[in-house]
Amino acid sequence: MRFQFKTSYDQDIRIFRDKVDVFWYGLLAVLVLILPLLLDDYYVGETAWVFIYGICGVSMMVLVGYTGLVSLGHAAFLGIGAYAHAYFIQHGMPWVVAMVLAVALTTASGLIVGLPALRMTGIYLTIATLAFAVIIQEVFSRWESVTHGFAGMKVDKPVIFGFEFATDQSFYYLCLFFLVVVLWATRNLLRSPTGRAWIAIRDSEIAAQSMGVHLAVYKSIAFAYSAGVMGLAGALFAHKIAYLAPDIFTILLSIQFLLLVIVGGLGSLHGAILGAIFVALLPPVIAILRDSIPESMAAFAAGTGLTFVGTIGSAVGGFLAKPGVEAGIFGLILVLVILLEPLGMYGRWLKIKLFFSTFPMYKAATFKRQKSYMRSERLR
Amino acid sequence: MTLNGLAVGCIYGLVALGFVLIYKATELVNFAQGDLLMLGAFVAYMAVVWWGLDYWVGFLIAVVAVGAFGALLDRVVLRQVIGQPQFAVVMLTIGLGAMFRTFASVTWGSEIYTLPTPFGGVWTVGGVTLSHQYLSIVFGTLVLCGVLYAFFNHTRIGIAMQATSQNQLAAYYMGIPVKMIFSLIWAISAGVAAAAGVLLAPVTLIDINMGLAVALKAFAAAVLGGFGSIPGALMGGIVIGLIELYAGATLPDGFKDTAPYIVLLIMLIVRPQGLFGTMTRKKV
Repeated sequence: MRFQFKTSYDQDIRIFRDKVDVFWYGLLAVLVLILPLLLDDYYVGETAWVFIYGICGVSMMVLVGYTGLVSLGHAAFLGIGAYAHAYFIQHGMPWVVAMVLAVALTTASGLIVGLPALRMTGIYLTIATLAFAVIIQEVFSRWESVTHGFAGMKVDKPVIFGFEFATDQSFYYLCLFFLVVVLWATRNLLRSPTGRAWIAIRDSEIAAQSMGVHLAVYKSIAFAYSAGVMGLAGALFAHKIAYLAPDIFTILLSIQFLLLVIVGGLGSLHGAILGAIFVALLPPVIAILRDSIPESMAAFAAGTGLTFVGTIGSAVGGFLAKPGVEAGIFGLILVLVILLEPLGMYGRWLKIKLFFSTFPMYKAATFKRQKSYMRSERLR
Repeated sequence: MTLNGLAVGCIYGLVALGFVLIYKATELVNFAQGDLLMLGAFVAYMAVVWWGLDYWVGFLIAVVAVGAFGALLDRVVLRQVIGQPQFAVVMLTIGLGAMFRTFASVTWGSEIYTLPTPFGGVWTVGGVTLSHQYLSIVFGTLVLCGVLYAFFNHTRIGIAMQATSQNQLAAYYMGIPVKMIFSLIWAISAGVAAAAGVLLAPVTLIDINMGLAVALKAFAAAVLGGFGSIPGALMGGIVIGLIELYAGATLPDGFKDTAPYIVLLIMLIVRPQGLFGTMTRKKV
């Protein structure tokens, strides 16, 4: 087991805890840098999705995981970013300018949504963001001079300073760059007074207020920052998906973002990335299983003479091929995660790590959470 | 035309009633309410069309089956998360809703179905045509509300439910079986949703996504009436139904679907506690 010997307060707020951390993150950096050389084009493209979802995850994590404000309207911010970016590019602006404008616009819209949010707490806020998202989606489909409505809007490959990011590999590095920038900025914000104020608000608004945290200011910052990051993700999303239509940015996408942070583990940036890996890679994994399970089980049945195995295999394949099954699998996983592992994938990782570092002494009670049977909202 | 708005509003009101019942008793918001409505409509469809039963028998089967399912849901899934943050429970119901939709699309297919009803005719009163279909919705809502009102105010269990919703711990100390009450509340709420689904089925047709749109607007209705007030939920539903109708008739395209949410947002900003609600600040 490693013990940390702290000799100064700075040690608590360093980006990397110690040299061992630097080593592992360095290794990870090298791995993601050489990954496109090792993988097929298809998988490089899917990994770019992971990075885009990672940026979305960081955005959600700041708001939901760190500030404790649950939003069901983030698909709208993603949409605003994507449409704004595509619109500015179509009107001949340079890529960087379009990107900055798109982020600025989403940040502003986040502020506007955040203002009424200051008066609401808990479930009311969630409902308000939900209503906002529904209205924005309607705007996307009706404002045809900008968004082209349901006819869709084509988005070209990004061209930055004359260099065209045409291949999957180059786009992979672009997404990776922005993910690292966002992670670095967010990590820095979180270890600054702003981040601490957010965490204080999440844990108890009243306690935070009495310690001198200005609730309105910090909640607004959280909303604006989260929306801005989402807008950035939206710009990349527009290029990745190449064709924008209003029915992409539905409430189901917002739910998927919430699923992402919950499955990843609330209250950690690691969770945002782990959740992004999960959410982005589950659909292709289901697609692969759909094709391979019937085949492999039929082969097994042919080899062993157990015909019922082949029947089961084709039934599973048929089930996975039905429309809407993917949403149900997402739902099932969400239910199982909340019931069995409320801390998400990162929480599970911490448990495994602690188990090995304290090997014979591990106690499950270390992570026991206190349940509260008091009513939070209607206390008199 | 007002009758149409009133009828649709009644449906929103019924679904909102389901939200409010569960919220009052267990302090969680059931995002799967709309999907329970969808399940109710499908069960009735299965009973009437596949098995060839009478409409009223199908109605009864739908309400009882979905109600029992609601109780089972509470017993098996939601009891595990009592005491966890509200947000986790909300996400849990969202996940359950997604599972129900998949279940429905696998079991009954993702086509659009029509439910045959005995309400085909129209009455003409003073030059205004009143279709039986819409009248049946308004009438069904009134009957259901009357029954629920009597149940909550004049039976032992109903009063025990009121006590539980005011203070779980105190109710528990008074010997009220709080866990059973929770299951019962879920059963009632799911049953009401199923009834709303069966009543709505002839108007919107049955498909796996019918619940989602209704639930979102019922949500607006529940907030408008002040989450936690039963008459408020019904009033809110009717108001939302009428707003939607008149916005569709008088304002440009696109406002029909968004008007309820615009009203909802304004409401949340101006008066977050709703028309009939009360809100208290946490004291330390």
